[in-house]
Amino acid sequence: MSALAVTQGRVARSEWIKLRTVRSTVLTVLFALGSLVGSGVLVGLAANERWASMSPAERAGVRIHEYVLAGDDMALLALGVLGVIAITGEYTTGMIRATLAAVPQRLPVLWAKLAVLCTAVFALMLPASLATYAVGDAIMSKHWEESLSDPGVLRVVVGTAVVLTLVTALGLALGFIVRSTAGAIATLFAILIVLPMTLGQFVPKIAPYLPSSAMTSFITARPEDDMLAPGAGLLLFVAYVAIALAGAAALLRRRDA
Amino acid sequence: MITVEQLTKRYGEKTAVDSLTFTVRPGAVTGFLGPNGAGKSTTMRMIAGLDAPSAGRALVGGRPYADHPAPLTEVGLLLEARAIHTGRSARNHLLALAATHGIGRRRVDEVIELTGLDAVAGRRAGGFSLGMGQRLGIASALLGDPAVLILDEPVNGLDPEGVLWVRELLRGLAAEGRTVFLSSHLMSEMAMTADHLVVVGRGRLIADLPVAELTEQAARDAVLVRSPFADELAGALLGPAVEVTAVEPGLLEVRGATAAQIGATAARRGLELHELTPQRATLEEAFMELTRDAVEYRAGASAEAVAA
Repeated sequence: MSALAVTQGRVARSEWIKLRTVRSTVLTVLFALGSLVGSGVLVGLAANERWASMSPAERAGVRIHEYVLAGDDMALLALGVLGVIAITGEYTTGMIRATLAAVPQRLPVLWAKLAVLCTAVFALMLPASLATYAVGDAIMSKHWEESLSDPGVLRVVVGTAVVLTLVTALGLALGFIVRSTAGAIATLFAILIVLPMTLGQFVPKIAPYLPSSAMTSFITARPEDDMLAPGAGLLLFVAYVAIALAGAAALLRRRDA
Repeated sequence: MITVEQLTKRYGEKTAVDSLTFTVRPGAVTGFLGPNGAGKSTTMRMIAGLDAPSAGRALVGGRPYADHPAPLTEVGLLLEARAIHTGRSARNHLLALAATHGIGRRRVDEVIELTGLDAVAGRRAGGFSLGMGQRLGIASALLGDPAVLILDEPVNGLDPEGVLWVRELLRGLAAEGRTVFLSSHLMSEMAMTADHLVVVGRGRLIADLPVAELTEQAARDAVLVRSPFADELAGALLGPAVEVTAVEPGLLEVRGATAAQIGATAARRGLELHELTPQRATLEEAFMELTRDAVEYRAGASAEAVAA
């Protein structure tokens, strides 16, 4: 083994240990997985139930991927919270001082948390999203037909995992900036839920550029007129996350622990 | 070796640490003494790079803390506020910290054993008693086998056995040539543990001196004498250089005579003695004596400020 010294890789290893050794983070991930897969199954079964009472137009309007991936909203909020508590848990307990005393350069902690969280979330959510679609498709194939190779469907299924990962990163950045669990979760929910309902409603011109709309446009196979193109939406949302992370990095360097 | 030069921390109008300059040498236990709110914790956090100084600097082993490639092997840190995630077990907490430096699992097991945490290492730290939390903090501090130890109120919350254990541990670490710097607001605790003292009040340096010197400075050579014939004995002892005070019936405080002289006088007269105790000034009293000027100066200054 090489000499004792702090390296980016070792900090990442440390963050991996931290992530899996606290019950709250593990439970949050399980909740996200459960809500994505579980609601896919339930929505699929419910659609079959309703088929008999649907008008022909309604039946024609149903898209399997839209139905079975409906649980992504719940998973989205859960994973945003995961990103938040991955760091605010350290600030509220005082653990952050032990962390920063071990890694006084500080920024490696942010990058390590980001890498570990994003890798773990994407590695779990991509198969979860694919599985949800596969199971949902099997359930709904009784009345409807759709395939991963249909236009935009694969993008939405994979994109769901991408977006869930990006929201985790956003939560992490907000956690570093706000430092309190309640404050950071409130900020995250304000950005994802309140902003589109208020600013988005009253100033329709900027609605497509809000983080939530930009994100949605990437996981929609049938975009509405006022939506950004999928690629542009993804890029814009990545830019929002990057800005939040840059702010987190600047504050982490500057502030007293 | 810790070098603090003109170290200052201001929070808006308030100056928590005011131009502190002192050196903490290896091979000894140095006590950092002062009342609560004197700026001890802030100073320690600045030494460990957690808080940025408003002015001045602090060096550990000749370098700013953050410039060490493996800081845990340089400085072991125990902060007063617990720096432990309550939801994580003690062993996982230590493993996570060790991982940042590539410190192996064996060392983690060593410090767990050394601090007597074997039985509880798998339990969540949130359920720990104050004493066990302190032991875990000390285990974290020892993880990198550091040359310098900085400990903020390390005996806080420990039972008497734990206090003794910490005292012996720290003395042992200093004897190995390490730098040991610990804070306390309890002067009696410092008298038992420290060789050298850095005393602060309201963020300012009040004294920087060996413990023995502080005790001598304010030594008060009184002897307590208990005897059923106290009045008779007082008459026999009184002289131009000897002052006798009756503390309570049957108990005298004698100044100007040694315990041996008093004992001899009593024996000559056939007076029975029940107690003969030389009173050494406690560190507490010596400290009060030492800081009296600083305290009066401050009291005067604030009175002036009010008058103005």
